[in-house]
Amino acid sequence: MLYFRAVIDLLARLSAEFAPLAVTAHTVTCAAGRGRAALARALAERKSGLRENDLVEYPLPCWIGRVGGIEDSPLPSAWAAWESRNHRLAWMALNTDGFHDRATAAIERYGASRVALILGTSTSSIGETEYAYRTLDADGRFMVAQRERRVHETHALGAFVQQALGVHGPCLTIATACSSSAKVFASAQRLLHAGFADAAIVGGVDTLCGSVLYGFNALELVSPEPCRPFDADRHGLSLGEAAGFALLENGQVDKSAPRLVGCGESADAYHMSAPHPQGLGAERALREALTRAGLRAQDVDYINLHGTASRQNDEVEAALIARLFPVTTTASSTKGWTGHTLGAAGIVEACITMLAIERGFAPGTLNARVLDPACGPQIRIVNTSRSVRVALSNSFGFGGNNCCLAFAAGDA
Amino acid sequence: MSPALTIGIEGIGVWSPEFPDWPVARAALGEGAKAAVDPAARPPAAILPAGERRRAPESVLIAVEAAQQACAMARRDPGDLAHVFASACGDIAINDYLCATLARAPNEVSPTKFHNSVHNAPAGYWTIASGCMRASTAVSAGVACFGAGLFEATVRARVESEPVLLVASDVAACGPLRDVIPSRRAFAVALVLAPQSPRALARLHMQAGEVASAPPLLHASANGNPAAACLPLLAALARREPGRLQMAAGPAFSLDMEISF
Repeated sequence: MLYFRAVIDLLARLSAEFAPLAVTAHTVTCAAGRGRAALARALAERKSGLRENDLVEYPLPCWIGRVGGIEDSPLPSAWAAWESRNHRLAWMALNTDGFHDRATAAIERYGASRVALILGTSTSSIGETEYAYRTLDADGRFMVAQRERRVHETHALGAFVQQALGVHGPCLTIATACSSSAKVFASAQRLLHAGFADAAIVGGVDTLCGSVLYGFNALELVSPEPCRPFDADRHGLSLGEAAGFALLENGQVDKSAPRLVGCGESADAYHMSAPHPQGLGAERALREALTRAGLRAQDVDYINLHGTASRQNDEVEAALIARLFPVTTTASSTKGWTGHTLGAAGIVEACITMLAIERGFAPGTLNARVLDPACGPQIRIVNTSRSVRVALSNSFGFGGNNCCLAFAAGDA
Repeated sequence: MSPALTIGIEGIGVWSPEFPDWPVARAALGEGAKAAVDPAARPPAAILPAGERRRAPESVLIAVEAAQQACAMARRDPGDLAHVFASACGDIAINDYLCATLARAPNEVSPTKFHNSVHNAPAGYWTIASGCMRASTAVSAGVACFGAGLFEATVRARVESEPVLLVASDVAACGPLRDVIPSRRAFAVALVLAPQSPRALARLHMQAGEVASAPPLLHASANGNPAAACLPLLAALARREPGRLQMAAGPAFSLDMEISF
């Protein structure tokens, strides 16, 4: 263990320290609200976005974080070939909080080839592929309309948004399950640091589909009731869908905007679908984010936890927070509001973390009644009004894939 | 204008039904030696524990095999290397199984197949087999996967001043997905990339930049497999011929590379 710590410290010292980036725009659309103001209101009023599963195609008895109105929001007709629930949600989010205009202004300012686009997703548009399998023709092939859709592969998301925004710089879809749209910040930070882009549009989109509902159900991870993160009597997660985007620029561009100050990435090297029992991979990501940000644990005001409400994740993560942070740090899971939005969880919770910084407010843990004994005093059920200058966001995915992001307040 | 990127290649791994390893691929690509195609070939992926090797899907086996070969050639401990796994389509056979099962009997979805369906399954199995706890990424960029993965890995290597393992792989499409995914055979390639390495077998000097538009998704996959877009580079490495080539890293973004030895 001591040797392990020494290696981490050495690696951290050797790692490059990046200049903080300004997050000059961000937006999120999820079950708890469309746009930052709606989400902030739902958080403050402790109003959950979860509802009983009402997806007729997937009648699994559970609760879901569904975004209302996607069914009635087709893509502009020029993009009919990209039609899918995932791309509709992406388009909705791009057109929320004025994000599209902010992105377009950045593209005009820097040039289309100097703006990177890095997006995260877990299942991309597989819901559309599932539909194609339900409607095969007499020869067992996709219907012609489905054969012409540009939706049946992972990068469909990146390719669609690239088309929709007209960006020509580096473009990548990161798909590391539930850490996907946290890792987009780390990739973007490297690109800007090395001079391969002047700005980056990052984000993530994942939508409810049969694969994830029945897949997580097969793993016995889906709760029959609304998820209760960190509750002693929790019964698993509630799946959700969401899209979010953020615009990253040089820190000098807007000194008052929240800053991305550090990212930490690691692997558990342990199991495909269970976390490392001591949380060693998660700890490694957390320490790397702090070290790169030049911060200590006692500097952290708020942590948005991964907190899925699965038995194992919450137990390991609670113990990790109790072990590493002082009582002055407030921590919570916001998945009781949004559900677990999988590949979009990173961007959703990064945005909630920035809302906490901007609004001086630490959300609590909705739906938790009695905290698991593994929780230290850092994890709160209730919302807290407090100054948040430095905050972290944890995202952990299948394959033992971990990412921790560190944000800080801009200059007042 | 983007800055120039220079990176050394310390190790190469390849797996396909035609190329079981880099020496066979080098002889075929460099000297025109005939490589026998073995459609039943299965990659040894010896780094995986026996049980995992039996259970692991083909998408994992081919990626892990190429990765292991490249690390051995580079004489690098796989446990030390941050890595980028690139794939256009992930595990097509599992997606075919999932979609077909969901259409027929959704409650019968296999939990193991579900967790093996994540795009980062090869990277996940690789970390478990190698004990690697470093940054582990799985990416996609359609038909430009190899170039985009090479760019992501090279930027990381340069920014962090450390070697990075790149793996690009795709399996053959099956079922109804054959109509929308033009991957026709399995192919995996791996490179250990290191900045300022005295033991690099070759160096790439790259200029990344905007080019005239090319098709963004898989409809134009030229080599029967998106990862096989690396073949012109592998051929140049096999012949040890300095030269230039252009590698797509996106629909309007490419790497103009000069290869030196």
